[in-house]
Amino acid sequence: MNAQEMRDRLRDFVCSELLRKPDYPLAADEPLITGGLIDSFSLAQIGVFVEDAFGVYVPDTDLTVANMDTIERMVICILKARS
Amino acid sequence: MTLRLDYRTLVEPVTERARRDPDRPSVVLIGEDGSEETVSAAQFLANAVDYAALLQAAGIRPRDIVILVMRHSKELLSALWGALYLGAIPSVFPFLSEKLDRALYVQQVRVLVAHCRARAVIAFPEFRPDLASLLEGVDCQVLATDVVRRRAAAEDPPPPHEATPDTIALLQHSSGSTGLQKGVALSHRAILNQVRSCGRAVALSEDDVIVSWMPLYHDGGLIAGCIIPLVTGVPLVLISPFHWVRDPKVLFQAVHRHRGTLTWLPNFAYNHCARNVRESDLAGVDLSRWRLVNAAEPARWDSHRLFVERFGRYGFKESALAVGYGMAEATLIVTATPVNESPHVDWVETRALQERLAVPAVPEAAGSTPMTSCGFPIEGAEIGIVDDEGHRLPERRVGEIVVRASSLFSGYYLRPDLDAKVLRDGWYFTGDMGYLAAGQLYVPGRKDDLIITGGKNIYPNDLEAIANEVPGVRPGRAVAFGVPDPRLGTDEVVMVCELSGSAGPEETRRIESELRRRIAQQTEVTLHDVRLMHGPWLIKTSSGKLAHAANREKYLREQGRP
Repeated sequence: MNAQEMRDRLRDFVCSELLRKPDYPLAADEPLITGGLIDSFSLAQIGVFVEDAFGVYVPDTDLTVANMDTIERMVICILKARS
Repeated sequence: MTLRLDYRTLVEPVTERARRDPDRPSVVLIGEDGSEETVSAAQFLANAVDYAALLQAAGIRPRDIVILVMRHSKELLSALWGALYLGAIPSVFPFLSEKLDRALYVQQVRVLVAHCRARAVIAFPEFRPDLASLLEGVDCQVLATDVVRRRAAAEDPPPPHEATPDTIALLQHSSGSTGLQKGVALSHRAILNQVRSCGRAVALSEDDVIVSWMPLYHDGGLIAGCIIPLVTGVPLVLISPFHWVRDPKVLFQAVHRHRGTLTWLPNFAYNHCARNVRESDLAGVDLSRWRLVNAAEPARWDSHRLFVERFGRYGFKESALAVGYGMAEATLIVTATPVNESPHVDWVETRALQERLAVPAVPEAAGSTPMTSCGFPIEGAEIGIVDDEGHRLPERRVGEIVVRASSLFSGYYLRPDLDAKVLRDGWYFTGDMGYLAAGQLYVPGRKDDLIITGGKNIYPNDLEAIANEVPGVRPGRAVAFGVPDPRLGTDEVVMVCELSGSAGPEETRRIESELRRRIAQQTEVTLHDVRLMHGPWLIKTSSGKLAHAANREKYLREQGRP
């Protein structure tokens, strides 16, 4: 899976599962946690999703606000964990 | 063997254990990197005495207030007991998260210092510059953890302050500008009464190992996850709240590795664990000795069910679920369900409940609501249900819960005006709505507008005050309320605001982003839903006050929810 597909699936997941607003026009660089869109509990949920959807285990030390605050940063973090 | 529970102060058991059983492990701290550190009884006391010496050298005296601005750590436990050792009165402040705005956060410390006239703040070194400049001109010292001096082995420790049982031991604050004004003052006697009666209610024994991730600024974390184990000598395994939030498996692995037997959890934690622990992280985990107490927010039947379905295969037993009801003002809990049986579930008619009647209904039928029991009053506690005039109500009538208990607080620190509102003839008026059935307590909601989300109390006017400052929101025309979310197992926070001008879609979106960002950075609350209205929407009372319940009902109706 390339970065663009990963970005799209993450955006779908965040909008429909976490925000529960599938039509939300989420930008890839929009701050999710510091912007008050999702809370820190979602970090664990993102970890579960990433393992299920991409088969990548992101270590819990990487499930931080700094690494997961935007879709863009999530992709970077997941690609790093995969390699 | 039964636990000794007849101490007079919180310091006595810690000093006694250090002398009698110095090598016994008191606390195991689990670091965010998975590392573990065990602190023995002797070391625990020595660390506390070092902090007492630090405070004493800074001129802090018994009954001075000391604010602890520290993350979950050995230093926090040491500073807490160090202040107690000296007879000073500690209060644990929530630690800065990655989400909060640092400058505003430090400003809140200043507000708290002013409210309770604190004489010292203990903080990690990285906060020293911010706090020192902010507290300039205030008679309050900033002490950093890196200046604590290790006492030489040959030095005799100074004797502990001889507190009387009715001396105030510590303060508990909830967050937000409203919460910071209400320092719940607890005496040694009240806390030790709670340790005793709560210990009996949950059948605490020497074979127990308490595992906790709850923050120490919360009564669940402070009393259940710190004071009860340290007073009784039951070993404590402590996990950082931030760590558990982002990776709940650490709780399960800690329970397995340390043969943990007892954990206190707010209701949302059952959902968080059941939904967000990866299966691959649970391999080989044994939960058969583990029991749980659901407290800090209303217990939900479906959360319990979800938890048992997910973790039953790892040995977790349904009968190991317990529920407690309480509040910081009663130290921790005043009711608990009997041990070794799952809490009773009372199915009642949903419609009648809205009219303050708990009418038995057919389980799991449409129009029925499951109410999970909070159990019976614990030793030393009495519960009453009263109507709006303060008259006692019979069983199955919903009214305000009033509490009389040997663990009741001494009052709000320096705020007798607030005491008068909630204390009458020795009874504490909780603001919670409840009913009794066959002697057990059920808690369907709140009398006032307080939002309880994720185990935390949120005052809607704190959120509304922030919204009123957001450019584009019509001042005085914002409302916040909680609506239940069964997926999260707690209430989620919704805000509806009227806009001042005719904002287009782009502008409206910008206002929403700004509102969400400000609320998150100032209060740690994440708004689940924001509705920005271009015309009049809010309902106010005839006296011009916001009618929270009516606005909430209107919102739910518009969402097509009951």
